[in-house]
Amino acid sequence: MSSGVRHFLLSISGVAAAICAWQVAVALSPGTLIPGPWSVARGIAELAGNGLLLRYVVASLFRVTWGYLLAVVLAVPTGIVLGLRRRGELALNPILQLLRPISPLAWIPIAILWFGVGDLSAIFLIFLASFLPLTVAAMHAVQNVDEVHVRAAANFGLSRQHLLRTVIVPAILPQLLTGMRIALGIAWLVVVAAEMIAVNSGLGFLIIDARNAGNRYDLVIAGMVLIGTVGLLLDVLMRRIERLDAVRWGYAQE
Amino acid sequence: MKVELRDVSMRFGATRVFDSLDLGVREGEFVCILGPSGCGKSTVLNIAAGFLTPTGGEVRIDGEKVTRPDPRRIFVFQERGVFPWLTVEGNIGFGLYRMPEAEKRERIAHYVQLVGLVGFERAYPRELSGGMKQRLEVARALAVNPDVLLLDEPFGALDSITRLQMRRELLRIWQAERKTILFVTHDIEESVQLADRVVVLSARPARIRRVVDIDIPHPRDLSAPRYIALRDLLFNEIGLAHQV
Repeated sequence: MSSGVRHFLLSISGVAAAICAWQVAVALSPGTLIPGPWSVARGIAELAGNGLLLRYVVASLFRVTWGYLLAVVLAVPTGIVLGLRRRGELALNPILQLLRPISPLAWIPIAILWFGVGDLSAIFLIFLASFLPLTVAAMHAVQNVDEVHVRAAANFGLSRQHLLRTVIVPAILPQLLTGMRIALGIAWLVVVAAEMIAVNSGLGFLIIDARNAGNRYDLVIAGMVLIGTVGLLLDVLMRRIERLDAVRWGYAQE
Repeated sequence: MKVELRDVSMRFGATRVFDSLDLGVREGEFVCILGPSGCGKSTVLNIAAGFLTPTGGEVRIDGEKVTRPDPRRIFVFQERGVFPWLTVEGNIGFGLYRMPEAEKRERIAHYVQLVGLVGFERAYPRELSGGMKQRLEVARALAVNPDVLLLDEPFGALDSITRLQMRRELLRIWQAERKTILFVTHDIEESVQLADRVVVLSARPARIRRVVDIDIPHPRDLSAPRYIALRDLLFNEIGLAHQV
């Protein structure tokens, strides 16, 4: 048996064991509101049947995509400039460090004040949640560029622009991609919370709505399972990118 | 003189790395700078490359004062200087960005062959051995056709067998391309095997203790009496009894 197949079977058996334990625990506690795996599966089927599953997953992904992409487009150049310009870093770093420990969720009231209840608020929160870690990741990646590579490039007579394009950007890509993967994970965490308050669609809304509209805990857990699945898929996608030849050199040897 | 150090001194804060170094290197000459670890040999080379500005004196190459890095003199780092995100071809062609595509292809192919990396054109550095990465680094430097090569302990990270092979390769390339070479090393045997002249530096603050002419034609016989005599002379000069 190849090691790939064995890994896959081991992962599957772990999940299967967890589902069995869940079933047993529910069976042993009569009168609990927590549903077993079967009713959750039926809940997912119900959501798929009435079209809500696709609609909510798409709604959540739509918000994450826009908030996250906007953050990437603005944060990566900002971080690169801060990494190259020590003076900029000294001026802005204290603000970044002060804003970083504030949970993006603390911004919910301000988001609603500025953008009202709707997609824009959620997108703004996701943007905020991804912008800071992305800026810091890009800044650190630039500061970690091997001095030897910068010198080698300078030796060949490159202009600053040319140096940025042919050395700095490819040199920071591996570290930057890891930062982007982590930021996407955070964005996905935040969208769920934002949807519980600021909008009336999406997986976060599904969870809060299922509870409020008659304690449908099967749908609550169905929503959680969907969130986990989509989050896992996003992470797998980003890890695929990390395996490309142009960046693979930057990670520990496998 | 091709390369001239005139009264060069360097301090980092209160630390005097060296005071008043004078040295001339002739066109096409192979000069080794030999000294104990931490004596400032690499600093000399970084100043000659234009990466560092000396606190006193100046370096002239072709009579022109060195103020910044220039592709006419290429610094060869240890193997980690190659760009890991580029293939062998990409690395060798890195400095040829002004050259027309067809000429660039030809130049890359020539140096791939010269350093014996045929068949690895599309490979990334992580797929190469230490010796191959070092040859790639040398090829990248030679491709822009510099007059002067500045090598900073280039073979220090290699195993001893690969190191011997690399020295032979470097001598072959030097004889084929007639570059002026300034080669920093702390390896006494290496300097006697390679150089026309060996410049012996003292510990910090460094000064030139002695310049030794290695008057043995290439290829050098490592068991010839003259080789052993010069080697022992350098061992004594560095202050090591020739015993373990």
